[in-house]
Amino acid sequence: MTDAAIVVSNLRVVRGGAVVLPGLSLEIARGRVTGLLGPSGCGKTTLMRAIVGVQIVAGGTISVLGEPAGSRQLRSRVGYVTQAPSVYGDLTVRENLGYFGRILRAGPGAVDRAIETVGLAGFGDRRVGNLSGGQLARVSLATALLNEPEVLVLDEPTVGLDPVLRRDLWKTFRVLASGGATLLVSSHVMDEAERCDELVLMREGRALATGTPAELLQRTGAPSIEGAFLSLIDSAAEATR
Amino acid sequence: MNANNTAATAIRVLGQLRRDPRTIALLLLVPVVLEVLMKLVFYHQDRVFQRVGVPLLGIFPLTSMFLVTSITMLRERTSGTLERLMTMPVGKLDLLLGYGLGFASLAVVQGVIVSLVAFGVLDLQVAGPKWAVVALAALNATLGTAMGLFVSAFATTEFQAVQFMPMFLFPQMLLCGLIAPRDQMMRGLELLSDVLPMTYAYDALVRVSADGALERKLVLDVVILFGAALLALGLGAATLRRRTG
Repeated sequence: MTDAAIVVSNLRVVRGGAVVLPGLSLEIARGRVTGLLGPSGCGKTTLMRAIVGVQIVAGGTISVLGEPAGSRQLRSRVGYVTQAPSVYGDLTVRENLGYFGRILRAGPGAVDRAIETVGLAGFGDRRVGNLSGGQLARVSLATALLNEPEVLVLDEPTVGLDPVLRRDLWKTFRVLASGGATLLVSSHVMDEAERCDELVLMREGRALATGTPAELLQRTGAPSIEGAFLSLIDSAAEATR
Repeated sequence: MNANNTAATAIRVLGQLRRDPRTIALLLLVPVVLEVLMKLVFYHQDRVFQRVGVPLLGIFPLTSMFLVTSITMLRERTSGTLERLMTMPVGKLDLLLGYGLGFASLAVVQGVIVSLVAFGVLDLQVAGPKWAVVALAALNATLGTAMGLFVSAFATTEFQAVQFMPMFLFPQMLLCGLIAPRDQMMRGLELLSDVLPMTYAYDALVRVSADGALERKLVLDVVILFGAALLALGLGAATLRRRTG
């Protein structure tokens, strides 16, 4: 794959004495929505943190848009939404986005557009600390949409959202990707897999399999992505036996 | 360094404070209450109040700002917003300068209020210009802000952060000349006090209150206080990490 936005090779990360990623290699295609699926604790967040350059890595390399991950040039080209909403609870939605917008040099109208996109129109002047968990997550997501980054790394962005909103957000992701953005979206909910162009199935710090949802179903003969995941785990266990 | 990022951060910090009126009230009132208490404690020994009253105009605001700001960066870190900012095009020093500016503007108000009360109500006398005392009170509060931001880099919990107040500030209060003249201390302690910023805060305020002349040594004190505040912010920025474990 030559047209990769993110190239990870032999990435090794150790956290608190435990090896989280023993030597991960994978590529994330440009302009597509890639789903990073796997159980909680398999290293998804660590991988994402390494891609956006806030994780100390023990070895290996990551290049994002041709630059080493975390380099200065990437800071306005890569957007990151953490799993726990990271916004200021004592400010309003608009104040939060206004601040991050100034840091990101977002154009005029970007704040209103981002609020609209995440379905929070009418909530602009509400204090973030008084919002529900799902609304909080959307404020956090809106922050990353302010400057229309080329690469968007989203850590479980749809957890706890109602189905209608989830569908709308996935539509938004698709619109962003068709505009040329590269999206890496993690989830531990397998039913979100079918919405992705590409999938990376992760377990215990390793990529079990990569490919389009259709390819993975065909390769394993399973009826669902969850089934494909299980059969891949079984055959991996078989191989080491 | 980037003025846009610094200004945006200062405005954001002030916006957060605005939502917390009780903290603003405490910041503005606590130094006043303490100064009034000193007046009452030394009500029958006015000479003592006149001697320590002016230096405390600087030291009380310094302490309260130190406490507040030593918690703020910790909050930024635990809320995840620092990690998010570290992925964005913003310098670490921009952030700390923004925090410093935001709190410093509050420090000016704090310095003005406590000085007005001391001069207007508590009958505190100074030989030098009163505006110089106000300015020094504000500068000291700014120094407290900068030192608080610096030490908060070493705290991972609120419990640790509040302990830094007695750890960093109490020794400085004991050694700055307020309790005992520095030249009558053990030589080692006197040398130690030479490198502690509060010594220069105390010296400057004593100079203004006692001889009144804005002489060269006072200018030197002020330069040292400014330098210490900038150094603390710089060190604070240097200890922030974009990458963490």
